[in-house]
Amino acid sequence: MKISPQWVREFVDLTVDDRRLAEDLTAVGIAAEGISGSGADTVFEMEIGTNRPDAMNHYGVARETAAIYDLPLKPIEPKLPSAAKAASSSGSSGTAEAVPFPITVEEPQLCPRFTARVLRGTRIQPSPEKIARRLQLLDQRPISNAVDATNYVLWEIGKPTHVFDLDLLEGGKIIVRKAKDGEKLKTLDGVERKLTSEDLVVADAKKPVGLAGVMGGYDTMITEKTRNVLIESAWWDPVTIRKTSRRHALHTDASHRFERGADFESTVLSCDRVAELILESGGGELGDVVDVVSKRMDQAPVVLRVSEVRRILGGNLDAAQMFRILKKLGFELIPEGQADAYFRVRIPSWRLDVEREIDLIEEVARLHGYDKFQNTLPAYSGAVIELPDAAKEATLRKRALALGYNEAVSLTFISHADAEEFSSAKVLELENPLSEEASVMRTSMAPGMLDMLAWNLNRDSEDVRLFEMAHVYELSASGERIEPRRACLGATLTAVKGSLPAGAVLDVSKGDQATAAEAFRSFKGDVENLLAAFECDNLTFDRQVAEYLHPGRSARALLNGAPVAQFGQIHPEVAAARKLRQDVFLAEIDLERLYQQGLRKAQFRPLPKYPAVERDFSFIFADSVSFEQMQKAVGHLRLGELRDFQPVEIFRGGAIGAGKYSILLRATLQSAERTLRDDEIAQWSAKIVAALQGLGGVQRT
Amino acid sequence: MAYTVPKLTDYSTAALDRATRDLLSALEEESAAVRTEPEYEALRIRWRARKDGIVTQVNDLWLKTAPRQAKRNVGQKVNEVILSRVDAVLQERHDHVKNLGILEKARAAGLDAELDAARCAVELAESIDITLPGVRRPIGAEHPIIRTSNEIVSVFQKLGYSVADGPIVETDYYNFEALNFPPNHPARDTQDTLFIANQQSKPQRERLLLRTHTSPVQIRTMEKMRPPIRIVIPGQVHRNDPPDASHSPMFHQIEGLAVDTNITFGDLKGTLDHAMKELFGSSVKTSFRPSFFPFTEPSAELYVTCFVCGGSGKRGTEPCRPCKQTGWMEVLGCGMVDPNVFEFVKDNGYDPKKVSGFAFGMGVDRLALLKYGVDDLQLFFQGDVRFLQQFS
Repeated sequence: MKISPQWVREFVDLTVDDRRLAEDLTAVGIAAEGISGSGADTVFEMEIGTNRPDAMNHYGVARETAAIYDLPLKPIEPKLPSAAKAASSSGSSGTAEAVPFPITVEEPQLCPRFTARVLRGTRIQPSPEKIARRLQLLDQRPISNAVDATNYVLWEIGKPTHVFDLDLLEGGKIIVRKAKDGEKLKTLDGVERKLTSEDLVVADAKKPVGLAGVMGGYDTMITEKTRNVLIESAWWDPVTIRKTSRRHALHTDASHRFERGADFESTVLSCDRVAELILESGGGELGDVVDVVSKRMDQAPVVLRVSEVRRILGGNLDAAQMFRILKKLGFELIPEGQADAYFRVRIPSWRLDVEREIDLIEEVARLHGYDKFQNTLPAYSGAVIELPDAAKEATLRKRALALGYNEAVSLTFISHADAEEFSSAKVLELENPLSEEASVMRTSMAPGMLDMLAWNLNRDSEDVRLFEMAHVYELSASGERIEPRRACLGATLTAVKGSLPAGAVLDVSKGDQATAAEAFRSFKGDVENLLAAFECDNLTFDRQVAEYLHPGRSARALLNGAPVAQFGQIHPEVAAARKLRQDVFLAEIDLERLYQQGLRKAQFRPLPKYPAVERDFSFIFADSVSFEQMQKAVGHLRLGELRDFQPVEIFRGGAIGAGKYSILLRATLQSAERTLRDDEIAQWSAKIVAALQGLGGVQRT
Repeated sequence: MAYTVPKLTDYSTAALDRATRDLLSALEEESAAVRTEPEYEALRIRWRARKDGIVTQVNDLWLKTAPRQAKRNVGQKVNEVILSRVDAVLQERHDHVKNLGILEKARAAGLDAELDAARCAVELAESIDITLPGVRRPIGAEHPIIRTSNEIVSVFQKLGYSVADGPIVETDYYNFEALNFPPNHPARDTQDTLFIANQQSKPQRERLLLRTHTSPVQIRTMEKMRPPIRIVIPGQVHRNDPPDASHSPMFHQIEGLAVDTNITFGDLKGTLDHAMKELFGSSVKTSFRPSFFPFTEPSAELYVTCFVCGGSGKRGTEPCRPCKQTGWMEVLGCGMVDPNVFEFVKDNGYDPKKVSGFAFGMGVDRLALLKYGVDDLQLFFQGDVRFLQQFS
């Protein structure tokens, strides 16, 4: 919104320059965001809050200005011919038949006040230079003296008005009513609008002639031929105007102000001011004012306690300062109580935003100047409480970063199709999604992660490791919304292979299977490293995973038997559908489950005093025998001195028959009490060999 | 296993190259292990002894037996490559061994000057190219938004604030009603807020939506905890804004709330002034301008002196873009908790006649954008490692 400081100076005798004025207005919340032009053509670009429609005009800004500098504010007093004095008819019936122009308000709740004047025998012509110039300065196009008068008054005092060609109003009367469904009205912008019974209209005896508070009708507008004019200035229900404006996608300067609340007491003033301006340029004979008031909008007085101002604002403003500030803004204050302990304050009609004591306190603070209040720090003795899982989350984040995963944040929406593909949970669907691809809240972190991996691969970043910790959104079985926390890891094959140290390779056979096995192990290690931050005495793995993972190259991790994560290579078909240029690996960790575990506590064990002995066993097994089985078989021996049992090398092909593989296993034996003897080592080795043979293994010699 | 000169059956250039490479790498390896004169002498004899030294063997086994047409090629290889390289390596090693010897003797005799010279020579011979790039194991980068959020939270934790959180899918009650939004407030429009589908049968206050700010957690926390409280609430919020360089339908906020029997507007100002200095440096200035929010009154916007241009509005001779040349940047909205908000939790000790409080809320994404000079908000949400690694 634009404001001309020159125009403001008409109402207040200012000594400060425009730049200073802009700064001082901004400091009281009437923000002048920019200044353009110079001299009399200077214009402020204003940013005025929606709660302050009273300041969306020059007189309103002048009022704030007068309060800032403690200067007198000059009144606006239209000079009209004496015959046309205000003769108000405050009928509560909503109808005023005995007045110069018949006006019927059928919707008194939505139109509590309708003021009008008839002006006969005027000449429609271009506006005087001063009016035209001012409107142009505000980017308003001058049209004709009558139309410009309404526009000028809108920018001067903020009250929208309208002028009709009186002779085009059929039946010689005005009715304020709801439109009939399907009724049509061509508005001033030339658009024919189909009305509904929710629209409020100004109508003549036959037809709607204006969309109430939004825009007038085309067919009754002022033209060069117009001689007789009806000036309308009404007060409309803000909610009704807002809905109509939205319904017709028609936002006008008038609707902007009515939506936020116009000044109830300015209908006569604005009507008179429009009449004055038309008379000045076009002449004519002015009729009496018609003022139909169905309901008054008086606000109850508000009590302002000096002590309350200090309790909320701090500092030591005195009663005289409060009095001065509020008085300047148009509030009437009556000091009451002992030593003026409080004021009874009457709220001016243009301040619809002020209803309570706290609203007055804000006015006092605002005009006193926020920056003038001294900065203080409150005393406090409470303890600082972290979120219950803050330490766990921080630990996971640190570990993921240390493992080379970059933290990512993705959008929270996914498509219906992805929701179905990646999770079996019931989705929360959006009423007004941004797009089809973002129509439900994510039930899985996987689609977002895959999108990010694909984004990188499509930009030739091949070594990609990402992690994200966030919520998924589900409807529980009982229909309650839940927001479980998840962590998701994503990595490309390049990254997964790259992080495997040369010495860590187990499977030395050639071919894709060995590559896949090693890549999987590398990724699994990352998942294990994250889980290992938590107390977990029983971590196991099985193959029960979601369908988006490769069934042969993925696993589910269980903590004490409860699923906590699933991870592995993406199913080739999912990868193909997303045109992923590489195999990628994904892990979804259920943080709700994981956080039930405590963080692993560091515990000291004395370092061994006696040397450890390593024994290697080379075996050939059928492919169906897993390492886990060997581990269990050896574990069942319950050898107290067995410290560790690990695979060292795996090989398929060559001399090893199909469906079989060779594996080199290493047992580490150690005692805390003594050096082990050869005979006992031999005895245990024999037991290990026997256990492995029990699984069908054949020892190589 | 020690190197032995193989017999050649294939005299092609490739085979010859391979044999030469093996021989020279064996030489390098053996020579590197030599540290004393006797060891050097053994090495020299093994490689250069006229009778049966490795070079002699090469002559015998490769050159003499070579077919006529390969002779020239083999001869050239033996003389120009093997002979010269073997001699060079032996010479170099002998120098080094000599220096080692001097070093040893000087050390034993306590001859400082000679010791230094010998030490220098030895160290020089052992020096490597330290300008070769180091092998960097990848370290992940914390997301700039999370990092900024954590920084802000920790500033307030030091001031005694606890951390609170709440659901992202919220009810109208917590997101709007209890925060004093009037029933017809435009923020409730589908144009501004994302709603969960199929809620029409519920009363308005129970309808689900994606919270548009972290403020609902103020109410949730006050329902659970009696005053005094001091909390910060970091979290994700959503609005119906299509993604562009400065908008995202999902973004991050940090909310703060302090309620006690004696909290004033001056406390709000002092607390935020302190926090801004912690965040942006002690030279930063703050300014509070009147604003409007349904859940605070008086309400303010907090401006800080632009941390790009330091408040001058200029960067060198260029206008400062981030602050639009004003020297000030708006960083957050704040205000004194509106008494109407307290009314909703009055039964838990929040009688607006007895307690007062302040609240503030800031957009983390925008702060991160300004802090790191990022020009497109979307970069935060694409997971592009080229972007993320910049924050490592």
